[in-house]
Amino acid sequence: MDKLIYMDNAATTATRPEVVEAMMPYFSQYYGNPSSLYALAEDSRTAIDKARDIITDSIGAEQYVTNTGTRDHKKYDIYFTAGGTEADNWAIISTAEAYESKGKHIITSAIEHHAVLHACQYLQKRGWDVTYLGVDSDGVIDLDELESAIRDDTVLVSIMFANNEIGTLQPVREIGAITKKHGVLFHTDAVQAYCQVPINVDELGIDMMSASAHKLYGPKGIGFLYIRKGLKTKSFIHGGAQERKRRAGTENVPGIVGFGKAVEIGMATMAARLENETALRNRLIDRITSEIDYVQLNGPRENRLPGNANFVFRFIESETILLDLNQLGICASSGSACTSGSLDPSHVLLACGIPHEYANGSVRLTLGHANTQEEVDFVVDSLKEIVEKWRLRSPLYEDFIKKQKKGAQ
Amino acid sequence: MYSEKVMDHFQNPRNVGEIENASGVGTVGNAKCGDIMRIYLDIDDSGIIRDVKFKTFGCGAAVATSSMATELVKGKTVQEALEITNQAVMEALDGLPSQKVHCSLLAEEAIHAALWDYAEKHNIKIEGLEKPKSDVGEHEEEEEY
Repeated sequence: MDKLIYMDNAATTATRPEVVEAMMPYFSQYYGNPSSLYALAEDSRTAIDKARDIITDSIGAEQYVTNTGTRDHKKYDIYFTAGGTEADNWAIISTAEAYESKGKHIITSAIEHHAVLHACQYLQKRGWDVTYLGVDSDGVIDLDELESAIRDDTVLVSIMFANNEIGTLQPVREIGAITKKHGVLFHTDAVQAYCQVPINVDELGIDMMSASAHKLYGPKGIGFLYIRKGLKTKSFIHGGAQERKRRAGTENVPGIVGFGKAVEIGMATMAARLENETALRNRLIDRITSEIDYVQLNGPRENRLPGNANFVFRFIESETILLDLNQLGICASSGSACTSGSLDPSHVLLACGIPHEYANGSVRLTLGHANTQEEVDFVVDSLKEIVEKWRLRSPLYEDFIKKQKKGAQ
Repeated sequence: MYSEKVMDHFQNPRNVGEIENASGVGTVGNAKCGDIMRIYLDIDDSGIIRDVKFKTFGCGAAVATSSMATELVKGKTVQEALEITNQAVMEALDGLPSQKVHCSLLAEEAIHAALWDYAEKHNIKIEGLEKPKSDVGEHEEEEEY
């Protein structure tokens, strides 16, 4: 195949052409600063309002209306940020500060994205206490453990909706019920899940939610934090009065417009994408686990993001596989793109109890709307050859085979 | 990320494989840290390295440094092989990214470990050679997946 095969949609996605098209006028034509008075600025404001409405409706957030029955754009619970990381940092750090008088305890999980983990570590250095819940071998938290970890001084529980490496979906509804019962706020990092699986913040009991546009065929550099009405929070970015004085800085108007368009398409196509990606993912998992020896699927078989598959190929290190895949025009990753500069094995796989020596051999393939069965088959066939080739060059495999022969005698 | 030479040695590793009844075999690294290298030496009676093979579990840099190290020791005397440093391996590969420098150290250690094994088997002392650290293996090997 001469064409690029992109199977790293959890890292980022290709921006849809319709999204780019929707964004274009907001660079040089409707470039007004939304905070300005003149009519040109009104175009920018209207565009932001429209995008925010689409996003508000996509997660079942409260729709504010005016006395005349039209949408009230002065009130909203969706706050645009520069991306998922800012939204996570804001939700954790500013909420902790806003509720400091109630207590200084936060509960999260060991498999969160570093945007959550490092924000928690930042607070720990400043006197907060953080409980990191463990996960089972599939990467799911224990609800009893969560409930018993809640203390009088607990102010926030932050558990991701779906994991970025192994795709595990957490029991969000149950977490929402537990936090509500104990009067504790619930934040979820939904960067991987938003627009991939249905989310309704009221039904699931979510108080705060982070999302990012570039994971759902939107542009990079734009995300949002949903903050339920009535919740205290402090500004995370200080300056002007944008976003109801909660997030300063001139709005990224083209980014916001693109995000709105991506969500509009994302919601309209979700059911079809979910079905298609689940089928392709299952084919990928079925073929790899049945046609390659000594391979392990990381994360649950079913309860995972539709497009996520993550494997350990024993006796081989990930990078050799990824470099060979790259030679064939296949984009894959070993885990989170955010940690690929690090030599340490994934904290997610280690938390799932996967030994260090296996965790070094993980390969993540994440499908998107553009992937085809032909591509899946090509990737599987390529992996079979690559794995066989590198095993013959692996001293670990040599030892393993010799040991097996000895055992058989 | 990698130089053309590194990619060449990664894609077409020289001297990959095993030597039956090798004069010396050295294995260094551990699976936990992510790299294991094994080097096989075939050394003739006059102390010249006639043949060399390797197997490596590790990243692209680990494979390339193993491959280059085998190229550098082939045809050399034991003493000459001992003098090949990780720096020499890296230079021959037109450099490595900073976080991958440890791979070249492992290649140097693997040669030393194979020479040590050769010296022990043949009851000889190689001037300047120290006993290698041993800490190899896939510790959870018994566990089946």
